[in-house]
Amino acid sequence: MSAKNLKEVSTEYMLFEAKREEQFMTGSEAVREAIRRANVDMAIAYPITPQSESMHLIGDLYAEGYVKEYFRGENEFAVMSQVAGGAMAGVRMFTATCGPGTLRAFENFPMWAGARLPIVIGFMTRAINAPLSIQPDTIEMAMLMDTGMLMLHAENAQELYDMYLMSFSIAERTSVHIPVGIFVDGFFVTHTRQKVKVVTEDVKLKPYDPSMSPTPHIDMETPPFRYMKDPFVMKSNYVSYAAHASWQQECMASIERSRPFLKELLGSFIEQQNPDAPIQIIASGTAVSQSREAIKMAKEEGIEVGLIKVKTIRPFPAEEIRQALSKAEKIIVPEFNRVGWLAKEVASVIPNNDRMVQGPRVFGGMTMPPDVIVKVIKENALFGV
Amino acid sequence: MSLAITKINPAFVDVMPQEYLDLASDGPFAADKSVKDLGTFKELIEEHPLCAGCNLALAFRTLISALPCPEDTVIVGSTGCNSLAFPQLAIHNVHALFGNQNAVASGLKRGLKLRFPDQNKDVVVMAGDGATADIGFDMTMHSWIRGENITTVMFDNEIYANTGGQESGMTPFGTVRNMAPTGKNFQKMNVPEFAKQAGCVYVAKVSTANTAKIGQCFRNAVLAAREIGPTYIQIYTPCPTNLKMKPAESVALAKKRAKEDYAFEEYMSEEVENLLVSSGAIKPKVKKEEGKK
Ligand SMILES: Cc1ncc(C[n+]2csc(CCOP(=O)(O)OP(=O)(O)O)c2C)c(N)n1
Ligand SMILES: [Mg+2]
Repeated sequence: MSAKNLKEVSTEYMLFEAKREEQFMTGSEAVREAIRRANVDMAIAYPITPQSESMHLIGDLYAEGYVKEYFRGENEFAVMSQVAGGAMAGVRMFTATCGPGTLRAFENFPMWAGARLPIVIGFMTRAINAPLSIQPDTIEMAMLMDTGMLMLHAENAQELYDMYLMSFSIAERTSVHIPVGIFVDGFFVTHTRQKVKVVTEDVKLKPYDPSMSPTPHIDMETPPFRYMKDPFVMKSNYVSYAAHASWQQECMASIERSRPFLKELLGSFIEQQNPDAPIQIIASGTAVSQSREAIKMAKEEGIEVGLIKVKTIRPFPAEEIRQALSKAEKIIVPEFNRVGWLAKEVASVIPNNDRMVQGPRVFGGMTMPPDVIVKVIKENALFGV
Repeated sequence: MSLAITKINPAFVDVMPQEYLDLASDGPFAADKSVKDLGTFKELIEEHPLCAGCNLALAFRTLISALPCPEDTVIVGSTGCNSLAFPQLAIHNVHALFGNQNAVASGLKRGLKLRFPDQNKDVVVMAGDGATADIGFDMTMHSWIRGENITTVMFDNEIYANTGGQESGMTPFGTVRNMAPTGKNFQKMNVPEFAKQAGCVYVAKVSTANTAKIGQCFRNAVLAAREIGPTYIQIYTPCPTNLKMKPAESVALAKKRAKEDYAFEEYMSEEVENLLVSSGAIKPKVKKEEGKK
């Protein structure tokens, strides 16, 4: 197949109608296969384990003609600024990073949101220093929670593939037009092989349409002729403060406005299994897969446990989670990080949050064997459930 | 760009400020103006928050008047006093973060090339000495090393003016500044030399002592960046406020420095020279022997 003469299709067609074939591939290859069909104009890369392989593969797509422009920047702060420049020019941008790279780039993320740039960025999450570790850990998600980007957390390679394909259309809606971060647990998904149903190679998404942006691009083609991206509002007067405050609110509102589009393309914000069980596990990413195994093991010992899988972290499905947990007596939140960001988010939106069990949590690269979760289930099952 | 976008929607004319109406009717677009024409057309909105006697404001005005194609130019700035002049501009401009100007400009230029492969879209960076040589130094250098088709202008007031007069890499050796209470103990960075080493095809060092020179060099730099590769202009723009001098004294200082260590310097590659001669921007250099004849 060549990059030329691909049929342009809608995101809905790509996700729900296009012919698919099952392939056996790594998570990184699933990223490549999604971007191959995403009609990306420019991708900018900087190496960091476990992201590097994905961005090498995007480089291959450039060499094959699927991506029009690609280069390696000098560091992640520079790369995220270069990506911003491209998005301001009105082209579809893609990049990815993780862990220390995320933190190096950090100042750019709220700038992207404030400048209303519909950038899609992959995070193949990894531990942060010190001490240095390249191992999986989702702590960076805690830090990105309020930068103004949408945050989707994929459980496996299939979900990763589908989330990438839908992310451009959500990021680029006029009423949203904000960056989208696609998160996946590094190594566990990026470096393992799984079955992925991929769309045939003869189609690609429709191109980005700059005229649909809610704020003009910097292309000197769009009125007004005198346009600043983005003006300072730092005069010492109330009008300036109010302008800054209301713009922040507008960016936050644009995250909320993504809900109907997410719902349509993602199907739901959460997925539930065994909703009436008194013990409920709530998790995102690969913690969901580990929980599924733990639930099977607990069932063999006669303990019924339910599961709530959270797919979007921003917007946070507060109402859906409140409903799903309304009858739960104990709530277990297994996480791949020290701070327990999902537990904090859940605790902040449910009543009686003394029902929550802190953890189990593993971090610094540790795996989470299902028996670690089973142990916590049993401890809580003993107490009157 | 179509000049139609410089016209104001008739429904808004009665509510637009006079300055804006003047820009639309008498602005710099497609006018082929130069520094000499300053005062005969409208290049900026007058009201700006810079101090009286600010040499940044002077350099800024000069630069804008010399743009070869203002209607198809975007200026990328950075945080600092200089960026406070940006809302005056009659053309598209970007402020992203402090120090990332050359990275934003790199992405912007490449994006514009993708969208408009057959049109000129000039991308010009204008930033302070702190932004260019300190916090953004890696991005300045790497944009040159990568050969990006952008022009970089440094407003060198030898100080972090906006944050209250701290030492920068461009402050001369020995100078006492905030955060250098016993005097700067390393040399002023030789950025023009770095620029040459990093692949800039046109480099000039000028000062507000000679505004006509600023205009000429800037025009050369933008034309060379468009066709050939990265270009760099460093302008001495003393800051009367932080140097605690009267506004009128600052130009005198620029003139003094131009005679001492801030004399005009210009470098261009052979390719740039050929381009500028063939386009009529500069006269061919007369070789010494030929000159005698
Ligand atoms: C990341 C970051 N660090 C520090 C600052 C504070 N800051 C704003 S402007 C400035 C100095 C700018 O100096 P220069 O680039 O020389 O411009 P000038 O004000 O002299 O025109 C500093 C340090 C900032 N805005 N962002
Ligand atoms: Mg300065």
